[in-house]
Amino acid sequence: MKRRDFLKSTAAVAGGMVTAPAIWSAAKAQARQETLLIVSESGPNNIDIHGVGTNVPGYEVSWNCYDRLISHEMKTVNGVPYYDRDKFKMELAEDMNVGDMSATFKLKKNATFHDGTPVKAKDVKWSLDRAVTVGGFPTFQMGAGSLTKPEQFVVVDDHTIRVDFLRKDRLTIPDLAVIVPAIYNSELVKKNATEKDPWGLEYTKLNTAGGGAYRVVSWTAGTEVILERNDNWKGGPLPKVRRVVWRMVPSSGNRRALLERGDADISYDLPNKDFVELKSHGKLDIISTPYSNGIQYLGMNVTKPPFDNLKVRQAVAYAIPYQKIMDAVLFGLSKPMFGAPANAPTEVAWPQPHKFNTDIAKAKQLLAEAGYPNGFETTLSFDLGFAGVNEPLCVLTQEALGQIGIKVTINKIPGATWRTELNKKVLPLYTNVFSGWLDYPEYFFIWCYHGKNSIFNTMSYKSPQVDGFVDGAVTAAAEGNKAAYDKDVKGFVDQAFADMPRIPLFQPYVNVAMQKNVSGYQYWFHRRLDYRALVKG
Amino acid sequence: MVFKRMLLAVPSLIGVVIVTFLLTRALPGDPAAYFAGPAADKVAIEQIRVKLGLDQPLIVQFGRYVNDLVRGDLGQSLTTGQPVATEIRNRLPASAELTLLGLIVAMVIAIPLGILAATRPGSWVDHTCRVVATAGVSLPVFFLGLILVYVFYYLLGWSPAPLGRLDVFYSAPPHATGFYLIDSLIAGNFESFRSSASQLILPAMTLGIFALAPIARMTRASMLAVLGSDFVRTARASGLTPYTVIITYAFRNAMLPVVTTLGMVFSFLLGANVLVEKVFAWPGIGSYAVEALIASDFAPVQGFVLTMAIMYVALNLLIDILYVLIDPRMRIEA
Repeated sequence: MKRRDFLKSTAAVAGGMVTAPAIWSAAKAQARQETLLIVSESGPNNIDIHGVGTNVPGYEVSWNCYDRLISHEMKTVNGVPYYDRDKFKMELAEDMNVGDMSATFKLKKNATFHDGTPVKAKDVKWSLDRAVTVGGFPTFQMGAGSLTKPEQFVVVDDHTIRVDFLRKDRLTIPDLAVIVPAIYNSELVKKNATEKDPWGLEYTKLNTAGGGAYRVVSWTAGTEVILERNDNWKGGPLPKVRRVVWRMVPSSGNRRALLERGDADISYDLPNKDFVELKSHGKLDIISTPYSNGIQYLGMNVTKPPFDNLKVRQAVAYAIPYQKIMDAVLFGLSKPMFGAPANAPTEVAWPQPHKFNTDIAKAKQLLAEAGYPNGFETTLSFDLGFAGVNEPLCVLTQEALGQIGIKVTINKIPGATWRTELNKKVLPLYTNVFSGWLDYPEYFFIWCYHGKNSIFNTMSYKSPQVDGFVDGAVTAAAEGNKAAYDKDVKGFVDQAFADMPRIPLFQPYVNVAMQKNVSGYQYWFHRRLDYRALVKG
Repeated sequence: MVFKRMLLAVPSLIGVVIVTFLLTRALPGDPAAYFAGPAADKVAIEQIRVKLGLDQPLIVQFGRYVNDLVRGDLGQSLTTGQPVATEIRNRLPASAELTLLGLIVAMVIAIPLGILAATRPGSWVDHTCRVVATAGVSLPVFFLGLILVYVFYYLLGWSPAPLGRLDVFYSAPPHATGFYLIDSLIAGNFESFRSSASQLILPAMTLGIFALAPIARMTRASMLAVLGSDFVRTARASGLTPYTVIITYAFRNAMLPVVTTLGMVFSFLLGANVLVEKVFAWPGIGSYAVEALIASDFAPVQGFVLTMAIMYVALNLLIDILYVLIDPRMRIEA
């Protein structure tokens, strides 16, 4: 090549470089308009909720990529669209007929899976069989609604399925609207199943095999998930967002920067302090909603001294610096669960605040009456996975308990071991969160206070009175006996507050920050995003 | 000689395999409980334990691990749900590209700075070298990374969003080497090249600034020693130009310790990478290993340590070969 030719060609290349960006950015602007960019700390480890150890981000993918027979209507709570616990809407079913001991669902005739196969009753049966059989979390969740045996799911004809009830349980129908009973393309999954893996869990771990509003087009674990809209979706009105890009950004500072610069559209796991500051700047829309049926609490092991003594537990409940925790740890972004007026009647609701307030003198007196005038030593454990809230909370509690003579050593437990340690039920004093998908008081109490001692009854609390009230409430709810139900709910709440095996501190908030041009956020019991309702622009 | 060196590496690799296996088992935390989920009861946890093969005695688990290893199977990650070998293969280029670029940044700044400082000891250049080196090494990498993001992305808006290797709206170039800079050029995709280059600038700068200090100080010290030696005095007396004296004669002789330092710096950059990857959402093997460690996910941790061990062995080998090229005396001794 001659020198002159070379110069000419470099000039041409350089010219191309200068003009090209304009074209690129136009294409880019178009892509940005149709794409929703979500940033969060962690991503899914499995995109099938039936999988072994699927994490919570994985639930979000499942929710958006699979349909259930039914879902919930929306209502408005404090100006935010909020799922209506009591009103169901049809998703894959076009009709639901609930009888005395069974419910019959007629499927939408034109519904198809992502690969175009029509949705048949046999797919529904196969999917529900899978949920009650694979073990682990999905089976556990199905059991919570008395759905435990494949025989309960009966194919009537190609487009009709009947769910037989094991017993009268008002949680059965709501349990069919949670994430777990998703409907899978049974032929597609069976084709990819092996002898060792009859339910095809290895296949659905990496591939969406449903017919929901979105499907995963690419997933790089720990980096990003890209979803595209299913234009043939029959489960509801066609979603507005064509493409969802969900990137994992581990540093919360960077997530905030991305939001403030306008690069990211939505993020929902920032520290409380950031949310408060973002709210005051007013550049973004911040929506805070209390966890439904969820409470952060301080638990005490009631089987061993000193916490087997009621007066010790009451002393602790009087010593906790509730308001300080609200102000300095949560920056006000939580609902207080303490300090109800002394004459306030117990409500038929859960969560509801108890009547304790910080009162160091009273705490000291109770501790002396309990036989510990000089206090004692104990350890307070927390999950390092949620250190942002837990650590300052425990330090404040340590300081306050020190004032009444209880010497507290803080025990930080890494996220990986937290559940193991908690499940041993030997930690004397600890803080933790429990929240139930099904928003019913008796549901919370069955898991957390009932003497059958489930793993969430971390205090090993046993009280014949509470057991009686809880069982009574379950029966009354199934029979629709409102008077008996109300009496029983008040009964177990009163008893739990009288015995105080765990001290409710606050109801945490789900905080979501989004750009002003993004709308349609809905609060769901699973607290993750529903892309189907989101709108950009 | 190369072959003999490689043979020497075999016992250390066997040691690494055994030690990582035992260490990961000694970690606190029960993977079965972790992966059984928050709602699992004892039965569910046992089901998971059997599924993961963790109910077997250690020696049986080890036998299976070695057997898989021989077949090139590093096991499955439980946190990401992918085979470890695939993940490491996909992620290693991301880390390597970043680390190499960081090292180049460090070298480009540190070596000239060190040489200048050595030729004018006590001058302002020398002091600058000292201050830059001290500042670079005393700032924690993640902090430096966050500061750079804050200034260049958040305040000034010059740098693209710290979202990993490529802007969200670009797709990765077709895989050839795994280095996006090279792959995008091979594919002739300048758009991707520009995007990945601009994504690389901040993290590479962060690593580079962190790695400056040892290289600059070592260059300076070793140049000072060489510049004070007899042959340099002779060369100067013979009337050679300062350039020839410093670069051709002095620098070549001063390079040996610098190359050793470079090897060391490269190894600890791979470690420092873990934090930089976290800050810049970089999909490398460092962040992968840390996430696995937090979840007591054995397979990726073992795979990571093994990969690192192999890389160290390879790196040391490379440095030994470089020695021979730089210093003819090594050839005679060998």
